[in-house]
Parts: sequence; structure tokens; C-alpha cells
Amino acid sequence: MTIAFPKPDEAVLARRAEIIEGLGRLVAPEALIVSEDERRAFETDGLTAYRQMPLAVVLPSSTEEVSAVLRFCHEHGVKVVPRGAGTSLCGGAIPQPDAIVLGVAKMNRVLDIDFEGRTARVQSGITNLGISQAVAHEGFFYAPDPSSQLACTIAGNIAMNSGGAHCLKYGVTTNNLLGVTMVMLDGTVVEIGGTHLDSPGYDLLGLICGSEGQLGVVTEAVVRILRAAEGARPALFGFESVESAGACVAAIIGAGIIPVALEYMDKPAIQICEAFAHAGYPLDVEAMLIVEVEGSDQEIDDMLRRIVAIAEPFRPKTMKVSQSEAESAAIWKGRKSAFGATGRVADYICMDGTIPTGQLPYVLKRIDEIAKSYGLGVANVFHAGDGNLHPLVMFNTNVPGEMEKAEKAGEDILRLCVEVGGCLTGEHGVGVEKRDLMPCQFTDVDLAQQMRVRGVFDPRWLLNPAKVFPLEGRLAA
Amino acid sequence: MTTHLPRDEQDASAIIRDASEKGILLSLSGQSTKADMGRPNQTDASISSGAMTGITLYEPAEMVISARSGTPVSEVIRTLAEKGQELPFEPMDYRPLLGTRAEPTIGAVAAMNISGPRRIMAGAARDSLIGVRFVNGRGEVVKSGGRVMKNVTGLDLVKLMAGSWGTLGFLTEVTFKVLPRQERMATLVLRGLKDAQAVEALSQALGSPFDVTGAAHIPARDRQGASTLIRLEGFSVSVDYRLGELRRLLKRFGGSTDILEGRGAEAVWQSLRDATVLTDGADRAIWRISAPPTKGAEFTKRIAQSLDAQWFYDWGGGLIWVSTPVDDDAGASALRDTTRELGGHATLVRAPAETRSAVDVFEPQNETLMTLTKGIKASFDPAGILNPGRMYAGV
Repeated sequence: MTIAFPKPDEAVLARRAEIIEGLGRLVAPEALIVSEDERRAFETDGLTAYRQMPLAVVLPSSTEEVSAVLRFCHEHGVKVVPRGAGTSLCGGAIPQPDAIVLGVAKMNRVLDIDFEGRTARVQSGITNLGISQAVAHEGFFYAPDPSSQLACTIAGNIAMNSGGAHCLKYGVTTNNLLGVTMVMLDGTVVEIGGTHLDSPGYDLLGLICGSEGQLGVVTEAVVRILRAAEGARPALFGFESVESAGACVAAIIGAGIIPVALEYMDKPAIQICEAFAHAGYPLDVEAMLIVEVEGSDQEIDDMLRRIVAIAEPFRPKTMKVSQSEAESAAIWKGRKSAFGATGRVADYICMDGTIPTGQLPYVLKRIDEIAKSYGLGVANVFHAGDGNLHPLVMFNTNVPGEMEKAEKAGEDILRLCVEVGGCLTGEHGVGVEKRDLMPCQFTDVDLAQQMRVRGVFDPRWLLNPAKVFPLEGRLAA
Repeated sequence: MTTHLPRDEQDASAIIRDASEKGILLSLSGQSTKADMGRPNQTDASISSGAMTGITLYEPAEMVISARSGTPVSEVIRTLAEKGQELPFEPMDYRPLLGTRAEPTIGAVAAMNISGPRRIMAGAARDSLIGVRFVNGRGEVVKSGGRVMKNVTGLDLVKLMAGSWGTLGFLTEVTFKVLPRQERMATLVLRGLKDAQAVEALSQALGSPFDVTGAAHIPARDRQGASTLIRLEGFSVSVDYRLGELRRLLKRFGGSTDILEGRGAEAVWQSLRDATVLTDGADRAIWRISAPPTKGAEFTKRIAQSLDAQWFYDWGGGLIWVSTPVDDDAGASALRDTTRELGGHATLVRAPAETRSAVDVFEPQNETLMTLTKGIKASFDPAGILNPGRMYAGV
């Protein structure tokens, strides 16, 4: 438990009853959660080691209600922690005792679908998968696919600029977002973008995407929807060394092929996932690639033939092209359940740094050494095409001190990512988890510029204030 | 007027810090090939990236390239081509429209978020821009993003810099993710469609599973019939397959179809990219309109009621290039009435300086957005010395 939270504002805590009464005038009774039992459901998110009880929870059902609640908080100096489904792995939605949680989960409707114009307008509390499901009957889908897509909301995806396994071809949230309705802290509702491309002035949409709930609360979004490919098929390649797997990735890209997904798993991850999903993963290799291509059967055959020919010189021990829908599903089940499967064998923390892919063999070797130096195990699954690592540092929460060791190991790994030219987080966000590491990636000047921009939207630091920026040295505007 | 040519980032930082202390207003430029775009502004001196050139990192296997901001775009494109790669967003070359000759710089591509026909599929320059270094109006060297393509660490200032036209900072280095150049490019051409039908056909193609990388329509004029162009790229086998499928899909639109490949096809896409399809005289104003794609034909129908306009469509109908007479407001009020009703925004790309002073070059923003815009400007450039007024008055 090494992450500090700011000391709660006693004056706000003392006014709790008055604040709740004020909020009660703005939303329906069932939208305001005050009892300790019910608030407990909101005290953490995907970073479950940290828990903070919020002052109250408000679950509005319209942009107008969000606006009224934020205006009230602005006027009364009450902090606000916006929340989608609470799946953040970096603690982006963890509350604080002197803040209300403002959840958008009740606002989950599809407002408009335009297949011809290839856009969907949705309320921000809809789940990521909910969008794809709403357009699937016409063969369309929403492209970014974080592993939590069944539960996570588009509001959270926008806040964190979420990615997924298929972003090598389709990009991340920021590349698939066309417009938002956002409520600012003073209650002002601002419309940004629309169903057209690009913005006339500054790219506010690009700024808001990934701003971790610090600039405003997004209540509606316009996203691009895409027609799904006719088919997709993955293939598995097992290698005897990390170097061969890395070189094979470089060769595929060098040959002008961008597979729709290119996923890497190391030996511990293969073992854990195979035991869980029975996907037919090879257990006798050091590294495995899942390469998926899309198109018609004929195009897929052609592409996989090319990839197999490229892989052969790297002497894969296993080469297996999926032969059926069931096999494909099993291959993906193994990969997509990597976090859950790991959770069955150990407690773990999941890191999310990105590295230049050329540094892969060196970084994996160092990650292994770092984990060993703390007496811990590590399993690696990651997006090989873009260098976004997900080392799962495993520990036992019942052994005193192990969690702190895992956190330290995680920090060392992230510092390593920055050292080799990468970054602290590729798709999960900074949240509280990586907040104090920001100075190893950014200079004071870099951070000051970000904080000054933040200050334009929220000069008093009331929106999700414990996150992203180190607690010391904060600037307004 | 003094023109500063900083040798490097430190040099640029010193020049801008000095200007901010003394309140010297600076024009920012690369090689000034697009100096006649945007609102004309009065400045005291200029600073150019012309002496800050060179590719600083290129890793083909990682699909990433970094260059100092003054590096010619042509050098970046050539370097990538040697390894079979390209800038996915296909940046437009404004020189033919503006009648300029120098070498456009990669910094301007980022600063103006310059894209081309492939934007519809591969995103704009802002989608490929993954890292920037710049000097803000305080003279401080700031970085955002980096050299890896997945990065959500901190506020995304990269996006703010893209398309800020030098009003927030002087870019010193830019990093783009790149893609392999495809083995084959082929264009399916449908002849003789009216605008509304063409936009419908393009929507069908873009809503198909066949990965269309260009979707344009050139209406009939003079003795030339209308042509609707759908571009496919990829491995040859795949291109053949998709051409066949698209032909079948679009059969109901009738008319003759043919397939363009090779140099001729490249020239057509270049003329679409650079808007040289608009051929009705260098003395006319040129507008670039981004609209909801399905409203494209309705848009031109409305403006044609009051304007002597010529146009063509890119991005499946979502990008409309329009030429108008330069008299009065060059069509600004008719165009902006239409963007207000149908959505989207209009930018005045080419017009005499007096016209660009008199009408809004960029789509006017509402009060809330303008407050945010001014706040952001002040957070980067509190003294207001960087390209003041180039986008909006007071910004």
C-alpha cells in the first residue's frame, strides 16, 4: 500500500449532510446513494488493493442532471470522481472520502445509428460491447476492444483512450471518436465534433480523449462504426526463443503485412492460459505469437500462406492455423482470459508500459530479472505489433510485504520501459497507480504545460483530483 | 522584418523567450509555401524551422519515423519509400493551389493536420502523429507523446498541437507512425452518376467489408462526364477479389464501370488529394468543407442556389472542395448557413488577403468553445506572441 491519497478536506466532510440534502434536490431519490452498505460497491475499481469510501454516489439519468450536479459541486467546492463501470486497472475511478462519485452507468441508451454515414450516437454509460451488439445485425461493429469490453463503458474508454487487441489495424478510442457532449464543472454543456471528420479549431476531442475525467464528464458520444470483415482466422506460432519471436514480428511487418492482431505470450503466460482455456497452446515453447488476419476465405488463405513462409526461417516449433470457428474461439479465449486465468493461480498486478518493439528481447530479460530480484514470478502477455506490454507480476497477498514488493517490481518495470524509449502506460491510463512515476517520463516543464491546460477546464482541481499528476507542485492555469 | 532561423531547439527556445519578454509578435513558418493561408496577421518578426532539418530516427520494423520540423516532406516520403513504407494519411500538397514552389516541411503537416484521400480509412495526420517536441510561448521546450504508437500517459498535447497552426508552439521535432506501402492499388470507376447517387454508391462501398482507401466523386462538367472513384489497396489477389465484389455490390447504380491502375490512377488520386481537380481559374476562392458524408450532395445542392460554385467530393461525400467567385464574402455566408443547418465546418483555403481579413477563415465557434480556445491559447502562450490571430481574432 504505497500510494498516498490526499488528506480529506475536513470542512467538506463536516458538511456531508448538507451536501447530500442539496444533491437530493437535483436527482431522483433512487439516483442518490448515501448508506454505507450501498456506497461500499463504489469504494474501488479494477485496482482493488485500494479502497476509499466516497461521500455519496450520484447516478444521474440525463445530461441535464449531470449538469445540475456538477454546478452544485462547483458552487459548494465539492470534489467529483467520475465513474463508468469501475473497471479501471490503474485506479482511475477510485473515490476519495471528501468527493462524490458521479456515475454515468444509468445513461446507457443508443440514441441514433446511421449505417450509411457509419456513425452511432450513444449515451456514455453504454458498454463497449453494447455498441457493437446494437449494430451487429447489419454486420457492423465498434472497433476498439479492451479485454473488459463486456463491462466497461464508452465513458471510461474515452476517459482512458482505451485500446484493445485489434488496434494495430483499427486504432484506439481517439481514432474512432467523432464527437462528444461534455459537461464542464460549472455545469456548462459543450458539444464537440459531430458526425463529420476533424475539427475546425483546436482538437478538443483529441484532448478530452484520455484526460481521465479531469476536464469534464462526457454524457454522450458519437463513434465511428465499421463494417466487419467477412471473416477472421488466427494462427499460432511457438518459438524456442524470445529473440526468434521478436524477429518474426519484425519480418511480418517488414513484408508489408499488418495483421489485425499480433499477440505475444511468454512461457508462464502460455501455461497459465492453457490450463484455464484448453486452447491447444504449445507448452514446450518459450514464446508464442497469435497472428490474426481478416477477409474472405481466399484472402485469409493467401495471407496466412505468406505469414507461414515468413515465419519458417525463424524455426517455429509449432505452427498451427485455426481450422474452425471453435478453434479460433479457443485461441482467443486463452488470450482474452489471461488476466482472469492468472488471478486463479496468484494475486497479480498488471503493468501496461509500451516499449519500442526492437527492445523486446532485452526488456523481457530485464523484466524477468527484476521480478526474480523481488522473489516474484511474472507472466507476459502483450500486443507485439505495437510494443504494449502487460507483465503480470504475481504475488501472494497473504504473505506480508509481498504486495509492496510486487508494486516495487512494477515500478522498476515501468521505469525500464521509459528508459528504453517507451512510456508508462499504453492503454490503461495513469490513474493513481502511475501518478507518482510521471516525473520519470516527463520534465517539470512538460507536466506544468499539461496542468495549465487542465486548469483551463478545472482551475480549482475538483474533478478527479487525486489522479494523474503528482500531489506536489500542482498548477492551476 | 527580422527572420530568425534557429539552428536547434535551444536556439529556438532562446529566440522565443526573448520575444515573449519583449512582447515581439512572431510569425511561425517552415518554408512559407502556405503563408497565404489562414487569417492575415501583423507580426514584428518571423521564426522559421528552415534550418532545423534531418530525420532523427527511422525504425522500419517499428513503423516509426521522427524528423526535425524543417525537414522537407519529400525527404520523409523518399526515406520511407526506400523501405516500402509511407505516411498513411497521404498529406496533401498545397503548392499547386497556392502557386508556391519551395519545399513544404513535415512540421507544417503536423501543425496544420494535413491529410489526403486515405484519411477516410487510415485517419488524419493527427491520428498518425505520436510525438512532438515544441517550444511554447514562454520559450520552454515541451514534449508530449513519444516514439511508441500506444501511449496514454498524461494529457494528449500531441492532438492539440496538430492543427493549431503554430498558435500554441513552435514545433521542433515530430514523430509519426507509418505503414507499409501496399503491393497494388486499383480504382473502380463508375461513370455518369449524379451527385446524390454517387454519394450513395460511395456510402455503400465504405459500408462494405472491402477496405476502401479512397472514395471520391467528380461531377460532370464541360465535355467530361461524371466519375465516381473507389480505391482499393493490398495484395494483388485480395484487390482482384474485392474489385469483383464491389462491382457486384454497386451494379444497381448502372452505367459503365472500368478499372484504373498504374500511373494514370496515381495521377488522378494526386489531383484529388491536391484539389487540382478544381480547374476553373486561379482567381477564384477555394473552400474545404468537412460535412457528414451522407449530407454531401444536399450540401452542394443548397449552396448552388445562391453561388456560382464548382465542386468535387472526397471521403465518400464528407469532404467537399468548392470554388467560388472572390466577390463580396467569397460565399462565406451561404456556406456557413449550410454548415449550421447540415453540420460540419468550412475553411477558406485560398482567397486574396483582403477577403481572408474580412471573413472568418475557420468556422466560427460558439462562445463556450471560444472561451476554451482562448484559455488553451493562454496556457501555452500567455503573451500571445505566436502566430497571433492566424486562426481566430484574439487567439
